[in-house]
Amino acid sequence: MSRSDVLVDAAWVEAHLDDPGLVLVEVDEDVSAYDKGHIRGAVKIDWKTELQDPVRRDFVDRTGFEQLLSGKGIANDDLVILYGGNNNWFAAYAYWYFKLYGHGNVKLLDGGRKKWELDSRELVTDVPSRPATDYKAQEQDLSIRAFREEVVDAIGSQNLIDVRSPDEFSGKLLAPAHLPQEQAQRAGHVPTARSIPWSKAANDDGTFKSDEELRKLYSEAGVDLNKSTIAYCRIGERSSHTWFALRELLGLPDVKNYDGSWTEYGSLVGVPIELGEPK
Amino acid sequence: MTQGCAAPAQTAHLPATVDLANEAVIQGTVTREGNPVSSAYARLLDSTGEFTAEVVTGDEGVFRFFAADGDWTVRVLAAGGVSVDSSVTAKVGEVAALEVAI
Repeated sequence: MSRSDVLVDAAWVEAHLDDPGLVLVEVDEDVSAYDKGHIRGAVKIDWKTELQDPVRRDFVDRTGFEQLLSGKGIANDDLVILYGGNNNWFAAYAYWYFKLYGHGNVKLLDGGRKKWELDSRELVTDVPSRPATDYKAQEQDLSIRAFREEVVDAIGSQNLIDVRSPDEFSGKLLAPAHLPQEQAQRAGHVPTARSIPWSKAANDDGTFKSDEELRKLYSEAGVDLNKSTIAYCRIGERSSHTWFALRELLGLPDVKNYDGSWTEYGSLVGVPIELGEPK
Repeated sequence: MTQGCAAPAQTAHLPATVDLANEAVIQGTVTREGNPVSSAYARLLDSTGEFTAEVVTGDEGVFRFFAADGDWTVRVLAAGGVSVDSSVTAKVGEVAALEVAI
């Protein structure tokens, strides 16, 4: 797999906006950004209200995903280009989610909304209307999704990568610093996890670093690129970004995203937790 | 439902749900020739220069972070290749205020 199979840049998107069979999708938790202006032709997916189960803490199920994509007018053989704010966190999460449900042709816009805005490229407020489709999803591909027991089992044996900021890793903060901090859970990290913040995989403008830089980053941080890997963060979107870098860009064969992440792990009774700086 | 990771609205007034006694707030305004700049990107870097958080400025040019005690850097990015760093010290119970002219 090469980089161009999974990632496109802003100039490419601008040149291919009107291609038949191409659907741009903006994914955000706060969709007010889309409402104020988005790339022409893009439909929106609301990470919170459309991708999450409204009752249980889990994703929408297979049928729910089929209904969502059918309603958005996305067909099974469409090329889906995902982008969003927050340095593409939620777009990377959605990418992982499209892969989880077996969508064939999906790519990320490198740098997402930020790079597009910093380039002063066009944003519009017109909302496209796309005819509904009859989308069929696959069973979840659990080779890319980790659950809590696998994380505990991976301690000391597989690569565990904590992609939160250093202060969340050490236990000084419980959430990213743009959020209020009070939460009912323990601080810290999974023992033996390496602290490799997601941001190290990205440039200031939100684009991914080169394959060479990424390989050097993870190798030098103590990740054995020949071993299985689980990435986690607080709720699983920043770790989708790192999952994308490791599996889709570097092509590592066995990389899972632990979407339960710290909000689940840090609330479990009896599991080992470590505090303090990386060792 | 689990609270997500998107930033809350970047408004000039501290949201009513936030108890300042427990927070080390860093907030500021981005201006160009005295006018607030919305849609600029404010990045919070820790004392080692490591990225910690990022928000997009709101209509009033405001950004806000909930940090911890210590020294931080706020880097503001905007269209046209603008990148401006400001140093700031945060303390729980206080609002450290910044004005960033670009």
